[in-house]
Amino acid sequence: MIDRRFFLLGIGVAGTAALARPALAQADDKAASFIRQVTGNLVAIVNGPQSLAEKRAALLKIVDGAVDVDGIARYCLGRFWRQASPAQQQNYVAAFHQFMVSNVSAKLGEYKGVQITVGRSRPLDDSIAVSTTVERPNNTPATVDWVVGQAAGVPKIVDLVAEGTSLRVTQRQDYASYLSQNANNIDALIQAILKQSAA
Amino acid sequence: MHPTRRVLDSRHWRAWCDVLINDKIRRSFTGLMVGMLTLGLTGCATPPPADDPDAVADYKQLNDPLEPTNRVFYKVNLALDDAVMKPVAKAYRFAVPEPVRTSVHNVLDNASAPLRLADDALQAKPRRAGDTAMRFLINSTLGIGGLFEVAKPLGYPPHDNDFAMTLANWDVPEGPFLFLPVLGPSNPRDLTGFGMDMAMDPFTWIGLGTEDHLIAAWSRTAVSAIDERERLLDTVDQIQKTALDPYATFRSLYRQNRAGKLEKLRADNRATIPIWWPEASRDTH
Repeated sequence: MIDRRFFLLGIGVAGTAALARPALAQADDKAASFIRQVTGNLVAIVNGPQSLAEKRAALLKIVDGAVDVDGIARYCLGRFWRQASPAQQQNYVAAFHQFMVSNVSAKLGEYKGVQITVGRSRPLDDSIAVSTTVERPNNTPATVDWVVGQAAGVPKIVDLVAEGTSLRVTQRQDYASYLSQNANNIDALIQAILKQSAA
Repeated sequence: MHPTRRVLDSRHWRAWCDVLINDKIRRSFTGLMVGMLTLGLTGCATPPPADDPDAVADYKQLNDPLEPTNRVFYKVNLALDDAVMKPVAKAYRFAVPEPVRTSVHNVLDNASAPLRLADDALQAKPRRAGDTAMRFLINSTLGIGGLFEVAKPLGYPPHDNDFAMTLANWDVPEGPFLFLPVLGPSNPRDLTGFGMDMAMDPFTWIGLGTEDHLIAAWSRTAVSAIDERERLLDTVDQIQKTALDPYATFRSLYRQNRAGKLEKLRADNRATIPIWWPEASRDTH
């Protein structure tokens, strides 16, 4: 008797899981293939024979197309985003964009010979985290999760989590601390970001 | 993670114990500790006004009530690092070829396996304990005293562990952020775990009181400090170059790194049932 009840319950659970699975799996697959494509392009650029200037231009195109720079910028400003004037918001996003590009292109040299293997994906809050293994010559392989959001209807990268540390969380806390040390002056933060990107 | 935290990782208490045996040094050490405590008690952060709920929430989430004192020690450690650890680590990188440095790291890592095994057991993680035990056996023998990493390709992957993670696994809260002299970023839970690791490490006790022990303990401390710092050279440089507030960035990275390791530990519920049992194929790692 008990056996049969468990059996029926098991079928019920399995049935529900089978129904729920495809929708989730589809989003997962989409995110995974998106990341496979982006990382493939990245690796091709980093390891390619082009000149440094050409590589930078190609990287910029990827950042603009595949990364939700505006969304990340907003996230990193935290509660100060609402306090900023529209002009400040605009200047800040522009500065953040510049910071992102200079940061990514600074890594061009040190990632020469990189290989990225795309692994499993899993839901993370309202996004999907695609796990990858990043291997560089003379470095221990690192686990990097690429967090893919769907805010604009198309998949965009919203965060990178390397060995458990999130880039956008770290950036947000850096900015928050800078602001609290500088009388919550958003203009000072914008200047500091621009200075940092130019260096 | 800041260099100086790792610099005084596990092995260093042993060295400190040896230092404490010397009465003269003990007295000045006590003086230093009292000075630190006084500073720690006086330097508290000012909480934001209660009518700004967003700021209050941020302050609570930050959980760094000793921030002014912490920043003082951050600066002290930075100066120490610039003067001593960083130049030494750079010289080490310059003078010793990469394969040798890797072997040095492997030996140090292998020597801390017994401690890791104890923590694996205390956390009731049989598969992790099995990994650690097999790694120690294989790397100590086939890997010639731990010089070479042989166990990983044989299916026994490495993992981090310490007593602070055991405490966390027992739901002990981490407490406020601390930036300690020499040790670097920490919190009461990690600091307690650090002390317990020293006490639990068999190498703390083997031959204690003899001259050989003193030499061995100090060498191990020094070499592991240099090894850790060398491995962090590029990362730390990068952070100091790109962060607007390096102190806050190190604080954030330290916490995220620890939380990430804990999450990995908690998610590692690999079964101990035989491989042919249906559920054994369910990889939860």
